[in-house]
Amino acid sequence: MTFLGSNPWPWYVAGPAIGLFVPALLILGNKVFGVSSSLRHTCAAVFPSKLEYFQYDWKNTGLWNLLFVLGIFLGGFLASHYGTPQNIGISDATRLDLARLGIHDFSGIAPHELFRWSALVSFQGFTLIVIGGFLVGFGTAYAGGCTSGHAISGLADLQPASLIAVVGFFAGGLIATHFILPLLL
Amino acid sequence: MGTLFGVVLTRSEVISWFRIQEMFLFQSPRMYEIIVSAILVAATSVALIKRFGGKTIAGDPISIPPKTLGRGIRYALGGSIFGVGWALTGACPGPLFALVGNGVTVMAVAIVSALAGTWVYGLCRSKLPH
Repeated sequence: MTFLGSNPWPWYVAGPAIGLFVPALLILGNKVFGVSSSLRHTCAAVFPSKLEYFQYDWKNTGLWNLLFVLGIFLGGFLASHYGTPQNIGISDATRLDLARLGIHDFSGIAPHELFRWSALVSFQGFTLIVIGGFLVGFGTAYAGGCTSGHAISGLADLQPASLIAVVGFFAGGLIATHFILPLLL
Repeated sequence: MGTLFGVVLTRSEVISWFRIQEMFLFQSPRMYEIIVSAILVAATSVALIKRFGGKTIAGDPISIPPKTLGRGIRYALGGSIFGVGWALTGACPGPLFALVGNGVTVMAVAIVSALAGTWVYGLCRSKLPH
């Protein structure tokens, strides 16, 4: 557990470890590594509402994916309980920039000031969590994949569609970090 | 496999809002090193599987369905919309689940919002340019 507990993993361990999920899932069950389809499967299972996009056999195509995200939740739980507490060692420049936006608490994975239940009633918290979450769901469905499906699986398979999507991911992210957050926070 | 992935995401810190901001502010190479090395390892594996006709443990041939390119609008537009959400929440879909596991329970609300976003896409799919 010492190795598992070392915080954080250096990039040359973390990156290849993430990349290995692509061949592992292919070899285990001919599954293409991707997380956002779990959102579609959940919609198809819970409230398909006769929409064409949700009319398919989600148990057959998506059950493995739903179990996979359940695993992600469990993995997050285990990693946080069996390891040293996380303090993210971001660069001084980032710390300075974020402090300028009014973030003072740098303990934990995400800023406590913004990502806690009571923050939901504030304009900032609502925008980051509720609007942000909505855009994640809408955008990944529209683009047909997220960071795992397009940036890792898609680019690894040299798919042009994924390259366009990844350029989009960064275009959107840069706009949000450089223009939306400074206005919002 | 999912559990393992949750551990990897947590230990690599790619689920951290702070790390995501650092990445989009170009103030540390860490996230780029992780993403690029992940792609290189995955790409090498996929190339080897294709080259040697790899099979699953059940003995079936491995096939990766290609993404239909079309006019590509859905990838550019949908990708950008997701990108904004990625920077705001500091998480893509995998990390959202890992964060709840890590005790940032309010992210369950972001997951419900993401489900709503996916549902709304299903609702207006025929009216959107792809």
